[in-house]
Amino acid sequence: MSHADASVSYLQEGRSVWGWLSTTDHKKIGIMYLYTILTFFILAGAAALLVRLELIAPGPTIVDQQVYNILMTFHGAAMVFLFIVPGIPATLGNILLPMMIGAKDVAFPRLNLMSYYVYLVGAMIALISLLSPADTGWTFYAPYSLKSGSLVIWLTLGAFVMGFASIMTGFNFIVTIHRMRCPGLTWNKLPLFIWAMYATSILQVLATPVVGMTLVMLIMERVLDIGIFNPAKGGDPILFESFFWFYSHPVVYIMILPGFGIIGEILPVFSRRPIFGYKAVAYSSLAIALVSFIVWGHHMFVSGMSDWSRWVFSFLTFFVAVPTAIKIFNWIMTLWKGSIHFEAPMLYALGFVFMFSIAGLTGIHLAVLVTDVQLHDTYFVVAHFHYTMQGGTVVALFAGLHYWFPMFTGRRYNEKMAFWGWLMLFIGFNLTFFPQFFLGMEGMPRRYFDYLPQFQTWHAISTVGSWLNGGSYIFILGHLLYAAFRGEKAEQNPYQSLSLEWQTTAPPPTTNFAHTPTFPESIYDYGTMDDGHAGGHSQRKAG
Amino acid sequence: MSASTHALYRDKHPVHEELGGYEGAKLGMWLFLATELLLFGVLFALFFIFHGKFLEPFKAAHHTLDKVMGGLNTVVLIVSSLSVALGLDAIQRGRRKLSMICMGITIALAGTFLVVKYFEYSEKFHHHIFPGNATMLKDDAVHEIVSVDDYIARRNMGPEEAADFKKGVNLFFTFYFMMTGVHGLHVIIGMTVLFIIMLKMGGGRYSHWYYTPVENGALYWHLVDLIWIYLFPLFYLIS
Ligand code: HEM
Ligand SMILES: [Cu+2]
Repeated sequence: MSHADASVSYLQEGRSVWGWLSTTDHKKIGIMYLYTILTFFILAGAAALLVRLELIAPGPTIVDQQVYNILMTFHGAAMVFLFIVPGIPATLGNILLPMMIGAKDVAFPRLNLMSYYVYLVGAMIALISLLSPADTGWTFYAPYSLKSGSLVIWLTLGAFVMGFASIMTGFNFIVTIHRMRCPGLTWNKLPLFIWAMYATSILQVLATPVVGMTLVMLIMERVLDIGIFNPAKGGDPILFESFFWFYSHPVVYIMILPGFGIIGEILPVFSRRPIFGYKAVAYSSLAIALVSFIVWGHHMFVSGMSDWSRWVFSFLTFFVAVPTAIKIFNWIMTLWKGSIHFEAPMLYALGFVFMFSIAGLTGIHLAVLVTDVQLHDTYFVVAHFHYTMQGGTVVALFAGLHYWFPMFTGRRYNEKMAFWGWLMLFIGFNLTFFPQFFLGMEGMPRRYFDYLPQFQTWHAISTVGSWLNGGSYIFILGHLLYAAFRGEKAEQNPYQSLSLEWQTTAPPPTTNFAHTPTFPESIYDYGTMDDGHAGGHSQRKAG
Repeated sequence: MSASTHALYRDKHPVHEELGGYEGAKLGMWLFLATELLLFGVLFALFFIFHGKFLEPFKAAHHTLDKVMGGLNTVVLIVSSLSVALGLDAIQRGRRKLSMICMGITIALAGTFLVVKYFEYSEKFHHHIFPGNATMLKDDAVHEIVSVDDYIARRNMGPEEAADFKKGVNLFFTFYFMMTGVHGLHVIIGMTVLFIIMLKMGGGRYSHWYYTPVENGALYWHLVDLIWIYLFPLFYLIS
């Protein structure tokens, strides 16, 4: 394992299929995860396009109600549990985390491989439910999930098993960050992406067991009819909601924090400016993680809560907005007066800042009690969470894929193609989801198969947008896949980044570095515009 | 040799295939234990919520549990915690044989625990008490097992009160079986882990300079014990 020749890249070593499937190299595991989650992303996306197509006109158009519910549940559940929760941590996180801290691998390489297979098994179990697909929506609310004739149990069991994969990744990362930082890397020099992964890992480890147990009880409830969530037997369905959201609200941050981390790495490089307010950005990740545990109630404002607890949850929710706003503010300050290079990773990063700001601002409407009672379960919510998850996390993932592409593959993507892909995504995405804010404000409820004719215009625009949106993903991923094998050879550090992960050959050897590296004094010290050149160590401003 | 150089020495030893070394393995183990506690935490939280809601039936149902058996199991587990700790101490001092004996004792005690549980469960099943469904109760007033309906009749409950009472009794047993069941599962897992450790020890795997897995196995067993120490009063003692 550690006897690898440092001049041979990880892609050249162990190239057989078995070599990949049995690898304990974090980079290869990350890449296996990447291909797998992207496959599910495309499947779940296809379901979304069908859902949108159905909604192009009132009344049944392509599918009936039952199929509609199934498609919608599959789309939501697959996007959340199969794609976005493992998402960035298992892919870019796995590949980059050890490299960014100058380690050979994660702390428990075999556990890392195991997490991949556990994830795969969970995914397969979840897919079994397609034989009689669940129609409950991805939240599996009781009591409907107890009654629905479908294979809900398989879906929940799958989610439960995948939870273990998530926990394994989380605690592997925590131990790695604590124990395996290279000489010179103190906590206050930790790359922002690592801070984000650290906070994410804490959430993964602390929140997942709770939902795991909750899902187990839901399964028990169906199999043994035990009565914890069934009001007819003395149970309480609201408890399911409470425990579900105790996990699922933090999950929103498991989804988005890694995205923040990626953006924090890209903005300084492409504006050639030190990150503004490093400590604030770093610690706000932790703050978000901690606060996210006490705000779950805002998902339940209308499902029977005492007035004072609604009030408290609404109030607490605002606290999450504070660290988030700190981040956005610091990013904008980083861009301010920077010399911005508009290459693909930067375009994605700017797209992220734009779309995430919209997500954040509309989120406030949902955190405020008065407006939420109005907007709850309307298309406003649908638009809001797509702006967060797709406009935020997915775009951040793509920013990262482009940015680190030369390092992973040793090749370059085509800048022009990358630009067109980005533009299509940007327009398609906004065309799909912006109209949904209007739909929501006009009162169009979510998860409905049919609607009044008055909503049709916005729905039609949204559906057309979704084709452009869907097409952009095929285009972008197709281009990257092509470039991974046929692209021109990349130079070692094409963006002249100062970060440690770039200071080795591209693609890196199995051990990441030929020798244990020493961490540089600072990795965000790009000097200022007046410097005219990158990497000035003299004029470090703001820290 | 001071404690810290000792740890360093262990970290560097080639037997450590995990890159985090001794300290890393320990940190990982503690994180894992935290997730286990959270797992049970959900059950405890739910139990308390329903306990508040169904005070009377929970009290009545709790009387059916056999305090003697529960107490016996508590003693069994405490002793097993001691034996596993002695086993760890033995291997740390390089006494492999002794350590294996201690592990064997621990495993035997774990088996004893399961046997007692088996008798408890079958006694419940015999009285038609299953998860989410109980037809029998112990009547405190006359010290005998009676049907739930009789119990309700003796206390002159109205129809609504009776329905609520039944729900409460059923929920109590739901929790009883869920929580002791999940705990029992942990006993089985712990037993298996200790058994593998014992086998490997027999193969000469562990010694006074490499015993991380033994230590983690012992920690896990302490957790299993600890959780029982909370379950026991919760179900058997508090009324
Ligand atoms: C091609 C892009 C996408 C389109 C056109 C799309 C469309 C839709 C539509 C029409 C719904 C049903 C809304 C409702 O009636 O409540 C929906 C729900 C949902 N979408 Fe998407 N979506 C896309 C991408 C994504 C992505 C990337 C994610 C997350 C990573 C995601 C997560 C969800 C979730 C969680 C739901 C809720 C499902 C439920 O309520 O059970 N979507 N989406
Ligand atoms: Cu939330």
